[in-house]
Amino acid sequence: MNLFMVTENIRDMFPVLSRKVYGKDLVYFDNAATSQRPQSVIDMWNEISSFSNSNIHRAVHRLADESTQAYEQARDAVKDFINAGCREEIIFTSGTTASINLVAYSFGEAFVSEGDEVIVTEAEHHSNIVPWQLMCMRKGASLKVLPVDESGHLMVDKLGELISDRTRIMAVTHISNVLGIINPVKEIIGICHSKGIPVLVDGAQGIVHCEVDVQDLDCDFYAFSGHKMYAATGTGVLYGKRKYLDAMPPYMGGGEMVGTVSFAETTFAQLPMKFEAGTQNFASTATFKPAIDVLNLLNSNKLVEEIDKVRDHILEYLISDERIRLFGVPRGTNEEKIPLFSFVVKGIHHEDLALILDKMGIASRSGQMCAEPLMDRYGVTGMLRISLAPYNTMEEAEYFIKCLNRAIDMLS
Amino acid sequence: MVTLAEAENAIIEEFSMYDEWLDKYEYLIELGKSLKDYPETSKTDEKLIKGCQSRVWLDHKMEDGKVVFNADSDAIITKGIISLLIGLYSGRTPQEILSSDFSVVEKIGLKENLSPTRANGLVSMIGKIKEIALQNA
Repeated sequence: MNLFMVTENIRDMFPVLSRKVYGKDLVYFDNAATSQRPQSVIDMWNEISSFSNSNIHRAVHRLADESTQAYEQARDAVKDFINAGCREEIIFTSGTTASINLVAYSFGEAFVSEGDEVIVTEAEHHSNIVPWQLMCMRKGASLKVLPVDESGHLMVDKLGELISDRTRIMAVTHISNVLGIINPVKEIIGICHSKGIPVLVDGAQGIVHCEVDVQDLDCDFYAFSGHKMYAATGTGVLYGKRKYLDAMPPYMGGGEMVGTVSFAETTFAQLPMKFEAGTQNFASTATFKPAIDVLNLLNSNKLVEEIDKVRDHILEYLISDERIRLFGVPRGTNEEKIPLFSFVVKGIHHEDLALILDKMGIASRSGQMCAEPLMDRYGVTGMLRISLAPYNTMEEAEYFIKCLNRAIDMLS
Repeated sequence: MVTLAEAENAIIEEFSMYDEWLDKYEYLIELGKSLKDYPETSKTDEKLIKGCQSRVWLDHKMEDGKVVFNADSDAIITKGIISLLIGLYSGRTPQEILSSDFSVVEKIGLKENLSPTRANGLVSMIGKIKEIALQNA
């Protein structure tokens, strides 16, 4: 455990953090897009691929047994991590997007008909908008949108007006990938449940920064990706309450998800297999287990305090510099803000800033961040975003501020 | 006016003077700022070059058998890149433009130093310049 007491040692766990780009130390500030991978995750993927590679579940040989166990142990680890009621409620997917599409399709087939309504929010990633639009097109339903205010907070007081007796489901992000504000999802779930409406939470960012207890939240679905929480890419989870998953038809047909197949009739497998058609990404999905171990360590020691200080430092700077407009400004306490900052610099294009920061060794993100409605809401064509993880340091934050200033000077 | 080949060589020499990419960006930023005013009314969809991450407009007119380009972008480094291209190819005959192999962008290391999406943008800009030359040849 001593290994994790000092930030320097934490960094040693992630091989990429020691590399240089253009001769400069890499400062990786694009963690909201994908987080870096710890050695334990890389090792697990390597080991399965090198020595246990075998398709899961069906075969009786030793290798299949090993790969199946690694895959199913990951399911148990995820179940415990989010405190799901049972392992059947954990469906493995290829990522948050796939998880949401699954619900939009299968829930839609079971519960939505012409004239019904779905509520999303203005702060959503395209992945939590477009699947619902597709569902609405299929079903003749319509989409309603809960707005965000100027500071980047959901206008929860307007939710009551949006809900009608035709509302079938609400989809809301735990934390917007642009605003970085932790949304009051528990309150939103409470309001929806009081009207009998289930809620899907997009947890792509939330799973990394919040302690998620799905039973405490009482959400009906919680969707997230592996690659943003230190696991391998191409992995994802859909948590769903059993009563809904049981009532929903399969999303995709194929191997694994069947009971019996004949040309006259096919029956479907039990949960969770019912929603896991085809060969799964087993070597990558197995890495949820070591990734969760890392995440637990990152969340359970002094590193959290350290990264909070770094967050406060960057926040203070971005708010105080008059050339900068920050989106997602916490009200009252900083605790509702994750170390993710999207902003624009007056008169300067976000792409120019990102290009120059890149040559200084800083990985940032520029553009619309897959959230065009939010860009429109704030009247910008794009933003610059930096997003930090607990392995980032105060030193890096100070270097970033210095570099940002130099970039602004160059571009002014 | 110097020949196109001479102008291309001059740019290659100019870029070779800078060791650091930040300095090359600084040079591109200056080029971008030196671009003459581009009328707002010409910022139309048909003049927009598709495939660029930032918006780039390329306008042209024919003068004495020569293609005269004007361009703009909302991002200054991109504007510098299109400005560099215009500096080379504007005021030349379509035949002259088409005689170039456009390898200058590789020789100055521009293409390899842009991310693939931005490199595609660069390819789109060059494609548009060639297309205009071809239409007027």
